[in-house]
Amino acid sequence: MSGVRVLVGTRKGAFILTSDGQRKKWAVDGPHFGGWELYHLKGSPVDPDRIYASQSSSWFGQIIQRSNDGGKTWEVPGGEKIPEPLDPPGGVSNKFIYDSSAATGAPLTTHQWYDGTPHPWEFKRVWHLEPSLTDPDVVYAGVEDAALFRSDDGAKSWQEVAGLRGHGTGAQWQPGAGGLCLHTIILDPTNPQRIVIAISAAGAFRTDDGGMTWKPINRGLHSQYIPDPTAEIGHCVHHIAMSPARPNVLFMQKHWDVLRSDDGGDNWHEISGNLPSDFGFVVDVHAHEPETIYVVPIKSDSEHFSPDGKLRVYRSRNGGNQWQALTKGLPQKDCYVNVLRDAMAVDSLDQCGVYFGTTGGQVYASADGGDSWSAIVRDLPAVVSVEVQTLR
Amino acid sequence: MIRVTLPAHLRKLAQLDGEVELRLEGTVTLAAALDALEARYPTLRGTIREHETKKRRPFVRFFVCGQDWSHEPQDKLLPDGVATGKEPLIILGAIAGG
Repeated sequence: MSGVRVLVGTRKGAFILTSDGQRKKWAVDGPHFGGWELYHLKGSPVDPDRIYASQSSSWFGQIIQRSNDGGKTWEVPGGEKIPEPLDPPGGVSNKFIYDSSAATGAPLTTHQWYDGTPHPWEFKRVWHLEPSLTDPDVVYAGVEDAALFRSDDGAKSWQEVAGLRGHGTGAQWQPGAGGLCLHTIILDPTNPQRIVIAISAAGAFRTDDGGMTWKPINRGLHSQYIPDPTAEIGHCVHHIAMSPARPNVLFMQKHWDVLRSDDGGDNWHEISGNLPSDFGFVVDVHAHEPETIYVVPIKSDSEHFSPDGKLRVYRSRNGGNQWQALTKGLPQKDCYVNVLRDAMAVDSLDQCGVYFGTTGGQVYASADGGDSWSAIVRDLPAVVSVEVQTLR
Repeated sequence: MIRVTLPAHLRKLAQLDGEVELRLEGTVTLAAALDALEARYPTLRGTIREHETKKRRPFVRFFVCGQDWSHEPQDKLLPDGVATGKEPLIILGAIAGG
């Protein structure tokens, strides 16, 4: 019996939506961690019952939660209560410390602030969790201020992958409107040494040696609002997607422009074509058709809502440039919501399902590759992230 | 035995229904109370004070016997009312809403 589990992070908690393979009737479970901001939840591809969740608060900081039973119960790895008052102190959890050690780290100097002045590196939160493709205890975390962390013990302890922040351009990185965040982590299923990440507003970067060394991969990006529009870094990349069947092909939604790379990010070219706006946050790829891609155009960088009051997913079946509006079941009047960068996902059932969540609290699903849509839920807190697990 | 009152977010995180009671060895300072709290509930580490520096997080405040202790040195002795468990050490979020 197949089914899907949709993991939804919102501004005020997490929700888990489940259905069978038909994807018509849904059970809604939550809120988990009510009152906390859930930037991202994601399950292990190796063990679907292992789910990691990033829970944060401006008041109380960053927490990582972990489930071993598909989201029914949760624990803070390393944070277990000590049974008796005078027992030895417990473990350490949720500790994200930039590695500035001489042996493995990079000097913790400054990055650029919004006005171009130097600003100290400060850990704020985890934006994205990416579990390993092969080991349920290994998970990567993309954090603000931008850095990549890795845990090898199921999220109890975290070590910075310091080669990224220290590779040479870090001092020039500048925050986007949402902060200096590392929001995209793509693991190559055919090459465990290759990882692609993206940072707002520094750009995309790649390692081909498991994280030791990194290089910017922004050739072909053009950003009119920075002093040198084709600079090596400084581009506000919003999200990158990859089809696991074809890891060398990457699709990018930038601040403005939708782009494509056919060589693992070495070179990019624009594929915005006939989109009504090429500003947006999400981009994703069909599970079985690597040339079928999805974006949700947003009006502009100053008006973060759907153009013309119409919520439309755009699909290209030929890898970009020619886009078709998908509107069946989506509001086409008086709709002014946003779809944030981690809030779209696809399942891998035979008939590919596509899902996205809005800042208005709706989670929409399509069980037919985007031809028609219906709302699984309509009134959640603002949706920050959506991930899907295909259960077989 | 001292009593500590936590804000709702942290009670939920530590899976607590009400106040925390902590037995302290030695002098009863704010630092000793927070150390004991974090030792018993490791999940609270980093949520009230920064992991490394032990500095109070900016949006967290401490109240003791009707007085704001947010800016008091953490090694200052807590009043007898708290040390004897008559009054709680109150930890709360600095502003409402959000």
